[in-house]
Amino acid sequence: MQGVGPAVCLGNDVDTDQIIAGRYLRTKDRSVWAEHVLEDLDPTLAGRIRGVVIVAGRNMGCGSSREQAVVALREAGVVGVVAPSFARIFFRNAVNVGLPVIEAPVSSCTDGAHVAFDLDEGWVEVDGERYPARPLSAKMVAILRAGGLVPYWRSRR
Amino acid sequence: MSTLSERILGAPAGEYVDRDVDLAFAHDGTGVLAREALREMGVERLPHPERLHLIFDHIVPANTGTTATLQAELRRYARSSGVALSDAGGGICHQVMSEGLVRPGMIVAGADSHTCTLGAFGAFATGVGATDMAAIWASGGTWFRVPETIALRLSGRLSGAAEPKDAALAYVAKLGMEGATYRALEFVGDGAAGVSMDGRLTLCNMAVETGAKAGMFYADATTVRYLAEHGVSASPQVPENCRYEREVNIDLSDIVPLVAIRHRVDTVREVAEVAGTQIDQVFVGTCTNGRYEDLARFARIVRGRKVAVRTLVVPASRAVLSRAIATGVLADIVDAGCMVAPPGCGPCLGAHMGVLGEGEVCLSTANRNFKNRMGVGGEIYIASVATAAASALAGEIAVPEVA
Repeated sequence: MQGVGPAVCLGNDVDTDQIIAGRYLRTKDRSVWAEHVLEDLDPTLAGRIRGVVIVAGRNMGCGSSREQAVVALREAGVVGVVAPSFARIFFRNAVNVGLPVIEAPVSSCTDGAHVAFDLDEGWVEVDGERYPARPLSAKMVAILRAGGLVPYWRSRR
Repeated sequence: MSTLSERILGAPAGEYVDRDVDLAFAHDGTGVLAREALREMGVERLPHPERLHLIFDHIVPANTGTTATLQAELRRYARSSGVALSDAGGGICHQVMSEGLVRPGMIVAGADSHTCTLGAFGAFATGVGATDMAAIWASGGTWFRVPETIALRLSGRLSGAAEPKDAALAYVAKLGMEGATYRALEFVGDGAAGVSMDGRLTLCNMAVETGAKAGMFYADATTVRYLAEHGVSASPQVPENCRYEREVNIDLSDIVPLVAIRHRVDTVREVAEVAGTQIDQVFVGTCTNGRYEDLARFARIVRGRKVAVRTLVVPASRAVLSRAIATGVLADIVDAGCMVAPPGCGPCLGAHMGVLGEGEVCLSTANRNFKNRMGVGGEIYIASVATAAASALAGEIAVPEVA
């Protein structure tokens, strides 16, 4: 599984309230979440993350278990999320909705940097600098490859 | 020799295992998405509805027509599928689960990050997302990575005005917001026995604020007695001499009233350092501090006096509310000028019933003070019940008096 796109850099400890605020949760309309994604961090982000790879700081996605956070990023067109560490529920949710998440010790990031990743080979590159990605379990790889837990489940029945 | 997580999950730390889940629950927020995922999976019949619960707590009663419609749909699903429903007014999912449903040694999954609360019973309890929950409902189980464990070795006893919440803030500050990511926390040591069941629930509740997937106490005489009061018989768990990844010592007798300042839970100060800070609202409740012991402590301090600032008290469950009525605790709270809202999460997640306006400041007994969480432009200080009571009476952040 590969991905490529320009970087949008975020800081440490971006919590799920910042990714999608509680006030937008009461709907099943995924476009609402995409429209308001990362609003409390920077209201201009929602309009400029289609096709990008988010390069976040440590503890990405901490806080609540709300799956709307990863769905919002996916629906907004994010190609993948790279971070040196993730909050575990966010990480698992991302895999479950088919959003590639790459745990790698990326130490610096500039908006617009060229980012490429290959989950099969286990690396991510930011402006040509290569970092090793922490391997996923076999099951997580299979779920991600299927496009998420729902298609994974359907394919196994 | 195993940690409690290794013993319950039946494998050494680092291994991936597939396990049946003994109890699984979602709330009115995550339940909607889990139901959607189940529909997309094409799952009609649930293999073990008797292990499943839907608990309405996040926005109860519904605040808008849209919320009401989503809840009505979920309510209908609970009735048709055989999943147990705790409807609006029953209380917060973790509290409802703590009133005789969770037992030592169980594997518990909840579609809410604070599911770690229930490790207080010596269960392995962890939060999952909605699609994971749907897969658990569909199959009866899920995969886990057995976590490494950090021991929080408690010694001494809480003294003065300090309470379990202050000890929780102390360990969150010590570990930091990602200090225990992917790990389990075990509360061990001579000091553990002296912490009440309500206090243990408070301590385990905040484990996720350090990134931990579980926070656990070994079941002991206190656990067994508490469960017996809820009609459940259980046996104590005996800790083994196991190897922890790291040990952190916490002397409970050193703990003083603490407060987490904006916008991080691990940025903690002594209450004395921020005393005098103006506040617009005090909020007592949530899965951290909405239990009977909390309401009783609050009532003891405000009894016969009047609060000087808007104060909202939200019991964690109907059982808590009912007991507070029976013992007169609720009357003391109301007579002191506080508002009482129906059992549930209240304004903790900023959805309704006490959200903050631009520039408003709230002293809250909840567990998160993230930016804008309780309302755009609002500011949250996280503290204990005693600090909330002292601050409500003073109209500004105040150090609680020693009882």
